[in-house]
Amino acid sequence: MPADPTPHGGTPSDPTASPGAPRAFRHGDTPQRLAQVALRDVPWEIGVPKPDPAIVVDDVARTFGGLTAVSVDHLEIQRGGITGLIGPNGAGKTTLFNLLTGFDQPNTGSWSFNGRPLGKLAPHEVARLGVVRTFQLTKALSRLTVLQNMLLGAQGQRGEGFFRALIPGIWRGQEKENTEKAMDLLRRFKLDAKKDDFAGTLSGGQRKLLEMARALMSDPQVVMLDEPMAGVNPALTQSLLGHVKDLREQGMTVIFVEHDMDVVRDISDWVVVMAAGRIIAEGPPESISQNQAVVDAYLGAHHDAPLTVEEEDEVLREAEREIAREQNLEEGEVLSSDAPPERTDR
Amino acid sequence: MGELLDALAIALKAALGFQAIFFALLAIGINVQFGYTGLLNFGQIAFAMLGGFGIAVSVTQWGLPFWVGVLIGVLAAVVLALLLGLPTLRLRADYLAIATIATAEGLRLLFRSVSATSVTGGTRGLAAFNGDFYALSPWPTEGRYSILGTSWSGAQLFVAVVGWLLVVLASLLVWALMRSPWGRVVKSVREDEDAVRALGKNVYVYKMQALVLGGVMGALGGMIYAVGTGSAIPDQYQNANTFLAYAALILGGAARVLGPVVGAMLLYFIVQFADTGLRTLISKGAIPEGLLSATDVAQIRFVLVGLGLMLLLVFRPQGIFGDRREVMLDAR
Repeated sequence: MPADPTPHGGTPSDPTASPGAPRAFRHGDTPQRLAQVALRDVPWEIGVPKPDPAIVVDDVARTFGGLTAVSVDHLEIQRGGITGLIGPNGAGKTTLFNLLTGFDQPNTGSWSFNGRPLGKLAPHEVARLGVVRTFQLTKALSRLTVLQNMLLGAQGQRGEGFFRALIPGIWRGQEKENTEKAMDLLRRFKLDAKKDDFAGTLSGGQRKLLEMARALMSDPQVVMLDEPMAGVNPALTQSLLGHVKDLREQGMTVIFVEHDMDVVRDISDWVVVMAAGRIIAEGPPESISQNQAVVDAYLGAHHDAPLTVEEEDEVLREAEREIAREQNLEEGEVLSSDAPPERTDR
Repeated sequence: MGELLDALAIALKAALGFQAIFFALLAIGINVQFGYTGLLNFGQIAFAMLGGFGIAVSVTQWGLPFWVGVLIGVLAAVVLALLLGLPTLRLRADYLAIATIATAEGLRLLFRSVSATSVTGGTRGLAAFNGDFYALSPWPTEGRYSILGTSWSGAQLFVAVVGWLLVVLASLLVWALMRSPWGRVVKSVREDEDAVRALGKNVYVYKMQALVLGGVMGALGGMIYAVGTGSAIPDQYQNANTFLAYAALILGGAARVLGPVVGAMLLYFIVQFADTGLRTLISKGAIPEGLLSATDVAQIRFVLVGLGLMLLLVFRPQGIFGDRREVMLDAR
């Protein structure tokens, strides 16, 4: 285990090796990958119906001026599974997240959670239904302590009304329960030693942990994580992965955006690939790397792009050089063994 | 030496007088809005003006009792806060700032305009509306009382006592609110609105509540000022007062219950001490007439406040009560 470069306080550098966390995922466990079993017979097709969808998206389109950021015909997210959302930069993953959680409204389309339409709902209303999200750029509330950050996540707080806030008797008991729950979660996330520190003093990785723990305070049914591993050191990544798997064990539906393919392969039950606003493939993680559309989206963009005049000239010159070299070879002058491969596409 | 003590006593009286209370109440309101919730209200004086004129117009023009006037002033502040908040609180913070600063100036010009003279008294304003208020005084308002070497009239003393009572009540309210879950949500809104939305809180409602609460406190401040001066004149309510209240808040420490109160007292103490002190020094010849004349003092004292604020921001950016660690976190 490499030394952890981030300042951690009392946090041990190997988070997976703690015996004290009863619910944390460990490698010896046999996880109940119910979603994986349920999805075994689902064909690897775009927009394929799932056995038990939690979220259903239909014809959602969002354009910014002339740019179509998201255009999804049909997508179902399996309940109780971890769905990875991948795609090159600018594919519309975060925009889709914003649309699903009410932070942005689409131009057309509808989407539902547990059969309840989510269109036209404000972000806080979506959150109250049990769909919470985290952000790509971590939003720790810097000048609140870690514990206060956590307490904010609790739902249905009686003391959050203006007039009821003035009578402590109404909310004291609830506050105590929430504090206990928050401390439980903080212990699981190894942040309990930092409970009285300002969240602004935490390292980037710790903020990611805090944001995830805070989201869990609301007992969500669906957790949407926008790049949970971005900027997190490898030691902490393992711990975060464990926590994400843990969510699935507790029956939550997880949707996450990630660029690290190893991570996606490790924890996803199902992977949805987006490119240029559209879903170009979906299927179990092992199906994705062989998918031609995915390879094209990640690697083949230039391959398919029309050539500019300069590029055509360059290709022409190279072809001429090749011909010249071949003529030289015919004349018996062996110049080099590493002749460029033949270009079959020209 | 005797003159210096006199100057100190006069400054102390100023720090306890109704002007300091006026700024304290304005600053408590701004503290709720800006210090805790992160709302930029640059027109707090408009709320104060509505408070002052709420009483003045109700009593002198409409013949209503004083206390109905107080109620009307508070209601007017609530309505103004709603009107300002409804269109702007869904937008970025800057829009509220623009709307409030324009409203403060616009309302003052409206109140002093010729067409409004029949209601507000125009540039001359209104007077003689605080009879009901002084009638409640437990001591005769004509008498003079000596406290800590300063002389107070009974009326001044009564306004100050009622005013400080209001300040204490307002501070208690802020304290009770900010230690509650409501206060936690409001402080979180200051840090990051979207994070709070994602956790299922209706940010718009919280911002509106904070704007209304702060506006009502501003209106109470305006009432104390109107009662203290015995008149309500639109040009008393220049928007520079809003920024002096901000100065008081920053001096005392934002997002602290007692920050605005102590800040306002200190601000008025410094202004008055500089004023009396400089005048004494000039009349004694300690400062040569060529360098500074008595007529310059009114301006110079605010220069001194500005200098003091600058030094404070360099050496103690968190204000008197603030937490340095907390302020330093802002360098994100």
